[in-house]
Amino acid sequence: MKDNYVVEFENVSKYYPLYHNFIGIKNFLFNLPKAIRELRTKKFCALNNISFKVAKGETLGIIGRNGAGKSTILGLIAGVLKPTVGKINVCGKVVGLLELQAGFHPDLTGYENIILNGILLGLTKKEILKKVDQIIDFSELKDFIDQPIRTYSSGMLARLGFSCAINIDADIILIDEVLAVGDIEFQKKCYQKIEEIKKRHKTIVFVSHDLDAVKKLCTRVILLDRGEIIKDGNPQEVIETYKKSFS
Amino acid sequence: MNSVYYLDLITELVKKELKVRYKNSVLGYLWSVLSPLASALVFFIAFKIVIRLKIENYALFLISGLFCWQWFVNSVLASSTLFLNNATLIKKVNFPRDSLVYSMVLSDAIHFVFAIPVIFLFVIIFRQKFSVYLIFLPLVIFVQFFLISGISLIISSINLFFRDLERLVLIFTNLLFYLTPIIYSEAMVPQKYKIFIYLNPMTHFVVLYRGIFLNNRFEYQNFLFACTLSVVFFFIGYKIYKSLQWKFAEVV
Repeated sequence: MKDNYVVEFENVSKYYPLYHNFIGIKNFLFNLPKAIRELRTKKFCALNNISFKVAKGETLGIIGRNGAGKSTILGLIAGVLKPTVGKINVCGKVVGLLELQAGFHPDLTGYENIILNGILLGLTKKEILKKVDQIIDFSELKDFIDQPIRTYSSGMLARLGFSCAINIDADIILIDEVLAVGDIEFQKKCYQKIEEIKKRHKTIVFVSHDLDAVKKLCTRVILLDRGEIIKDGNPQEVIETYKKSFS
Repeated sequence: MNSVYYLDLITELVKKELKVRYKNSVLGYLWSVLSPLASALVFFIAFKIVIRLKIENYALFLISGLFCWQWFVNSVLASSTLFLNNATLIKKVNFPRDSLVYSMVLSDAIHFVFAIPVIFLFVIIFRQKFSVYLIFLPLVIFVQFFLISGISLIISSINLFFRDLERLVLIFTNLLFYLTPIIYSEAMVPQKYKIFIYLNPMTHFVVLYRGIFLNNRFEYQNFLFACTLSVVFFFIGYKIYKSLQWKFAEVV
């Protein structure tokens, strides 16, 4: 049974320290006792005792207000953050399709950026060279691929970033609110690609405020609020609950 | 598999550094030679012409120390903002972050290596002989790489948590320059202060390079000191990096 789960969160909590009295030496010295006390006790709780499992091949949507802890979950799955309490198991290669310009350098050409990005995302040079044509084709940027990407429009950048991440054969793909960029035609293509990936039994974790997209893509949705799971289950129902909480 | 990946990662990052650095400047790589040469000129005027320091071949004496110092100071200064400049990457992608440090130091090393022919040119101009100890040059560069990487790991990691370090480093490297026998020779230092000079790892490298380029000597004792200090700094740097690394994404 256990092998079917690719992501497991077991009683995970994540706290961030809050340093109000640490900003500036003057502030720190005048409030020294308070500052030291604060260092020990004052914490911002981003995730509070969360447990869930994601099965292989599932497309999980995470919704919730700003600051609910969505991005923290993605950070934890990606392995860039460590939980304060609890255990996280992730098996397989994770690729974050997040903030697209990460790992791109404006002065390098599109082609050079694909290579660099692929390597930063965890492929060897050989592996990325095998995929580079596929990535260029998907991005439809063949005519501009030898131009430095500072000359690209934001839509073109988004295409390049999306094409890179989506064409790398990762086992778990994290998508953080990025499909809104690019024109409608390219968005359609992205959705198609995501459907295709779903068919290949890859796991996708999708964070978005675009509830229609969530409904369309996801097989399961988790609603977060202030670091706690409010509801977990069928997309239709969970989104309904979320909408109700506003009215 | 893993070491192949690591090698690819470093190579690509170094390539990027080299491509990007002088991409939009006309003189390009010449800048990495011109700036130490300019400071050499200033020191030459100040200490040879005005103060009349009694050191033979003073121009060659200066640049044999200045070029390796340049490598040191470029990397160390860049290291303080290294992780901050790659904030989005560190927040989003789980790759070995120390690769950024090594590739930065390595690209500065390459600039240093490409500047060495200029030192050779000075050797010819001053009618000096090329020493047989030039074969040790790669070894010295290799050891210096570890020293600079270690110091860069310390500074880049700690600067994320204590951003004032950036300014301190600026002042400190400035002071360290005058505590390194670059514009004077280590023999001129009074005996009772020598200990401070020898605790400075860069002293040994300057002495080593100078021995190789200028004095036709390989200073074994300095080499031993250099190796020891480099290993110590690298070890400390790596330990600090390892213990802070998991928090990078939170504070960057």
